[in-house]
Amino acid sequence: MIETRTAWTPPTAAASELEPPVVRRPRRSWWTIRGWMSPRQYWTLAALGLALPLAAWFALAQLDSVSKVFLPGPLDVARRVGAWYTDGDLLGDIRISCFRVIAGWALSALIALPLALAIGTYRAVQALLEPLTDFVRYMPAVAFIPLVMLWIGIDEGAKIAIIFIGTFFQMVLMMAEDVRRVPMTQIEAAQTMGATRLEIIEKVIVPSAKPALLDTLRITMGWAWTYLVVAELVAANSGLGYAIIKAQRFLQTDKIFAGIILIGLIGLAFDQCFRLVHRLAFPWLYARS
Amino acid sequence: MRSLIRCSGLWKVFGAGPSRVTALRNISLDVVEGEFVTLVGASGCGKSTLLRTLAGLETPTAGELEACGAPIVGPGVDRAMVFQHYSLYPWLTVTQNIKFTRELSAHTRGRTSADVEAASGRAAALLDLMGLGAVADAYPNQLSGGMQQRVAIARALMSRPRILLMDEPFGALDAQTREVMHDLILHVSALEDCTVVFVTHDVEEAIYLGGRVVLMAPRPGRIDSQYDVPLPPLREQAMKHDGAFLNLKGQILDRIRATSGLKTDIELLQKLSRVAHHR
Repeated sequence: MIETRTAWTPPTAAASELEPPVVRRPRRSWWTIRGWMSPRQYWTLAALGLALPLAAWFALAQLDSVSKVFLPGPLDVARRVGAWYTDGDLLGDIRISCFRVIAGWALSALIALPLALAIGTYRAVQALLEPLTDFVRYMPAVAFIPLVMLWIGIDEGAKIAIIFIGTFFQMVLMMAEDVRRVPMTQIEAAQTMGATRLEIIEKVIVPSAKPALLDTLRITMGWAWTYLVVAELVAANSGLGYAIIKAQRFLQTDKIFAGIILIGLIGLAFDQCFRLVHRLAFPWLYARS
Repeated sequence: MRSLIRCSGLWKVFGAGPSRVTALRNISLDVVEGEFVTLVGASGCGKSTLLRTLAGLETPTAGELEACGAPIVGPGVDRAMVFQHYSLYPWLTVTQNIKFTRELSAHTRGRTSADVEAASGRAAALLDLMGLGAVADAYPNQLSGGMQQRVAIARALMSRPRILLMDEPFGALDAQTREVMHDLILHVSALEDCTVVFVTHDVEEAIYLGGRVVLMAPRPGRIDSQYDVPLPPLREQAMKHDGAFLNLKGQILDRIRATSGLKTDIELLQKLSRVAHHR
């Protein structure tokens, strides 16, 4: 006879079933796709990734066959930074370069933001401006130097203008894309709630696009830094980019290294600040239950 | 009983020239105050387009369209809509999402301090009604799909719309959550005195929720047939096993199969399985 049960009743549990089995360390391979790694392992590897090139640099510079003109050692570069600080005007150079980058970048952000908002919101504005912007952004910013000198002169304005030309057009396109990526459902939901066009822009599109816009600002800030050297080609007599150009004339390879590394470090610091602001300004992106 | 939604000779054509598609062909549909109408049909039958036209999100190509006695020319505060997903504002907390309408001029014109007070009471009541009290200050991305849809419904109800339009609101939820949401929406729509038009592709859902099921057919989108649901207005899950329920479900499913234009080529499948056996 077949026994039928309406409900399954568990057999009385043996002691061994109430305790979890001995936890064995899960087998992990380094090559698991998107695998997991303990924070300690992660940061050890990250430190290694920075230390190895530095060590290689040290070793290479020690070789007698490599002239200091071609490859100064890390210590030479550090010494040069020290001399730059005591004999030169390192802080002044950093300050003026930061000013130029921030001014050029902020100016382009100031104009790009409303433009991008209009391009991403209205088809007509998009048709009018996007193809044009797409065309201009392929023009090399460096080639604008003679024109900028002709039109603006050789003052601070010229340096800021070069950084502006280098970042503005890319910035508009990226920001317009950020605005366009606001989900249509979010906009339609507001429409069905009776929102006016202005209210939709102010209360839905802008807050929805904000995190992506801040990311774009962060990325374009990086690009602004890469245009610094180009900008300081224009009749500058101060700044990190100018220092690099001048060092080239005197074959001071260690100073070129110092300038490049300083720009990299300052850029990294700015980037981290942006990331921090992102975390503070958009807690909802990082909130997890 | 007066019609809250009147729709006659409605056409919606997308595109022009050889690529034009007739999404809605000559739709006539009346919805009476207090009714719960479900629109069901195969994909591409235009049920969502019809709902979006009622919401004022699409402009009809031709036809008469009225809601609450006034012609529909765009979205209006008398009609609220619940979307399938991604309609909540992730930067606002649950409470702020629900109170979103209160930020809009359409709802604040001539507002007095008593209204503001009433509104916060309304928001609190909706939080309670939808079982959202514990997550009032959470952000949408901290909630499950079912909870997110509760917020979306509460937000739609905030401004006391007379008509609630729902576009497959439970389509992305798992079966168990969906059952809970069914009983919730029936309860809430009765309590709020709302007329509901509900789009779904799930026949069981259409029958369980609807007082009337409108079946649409694709290519071109049109109303194929309508069914009054022979169940008492107070629904219970057990009714899904009633003969009347199952009968209607079978009838509608057969009709959808006949009109969908999709069919399984049984002969081909049999031939293929014979070939496989001979190997």
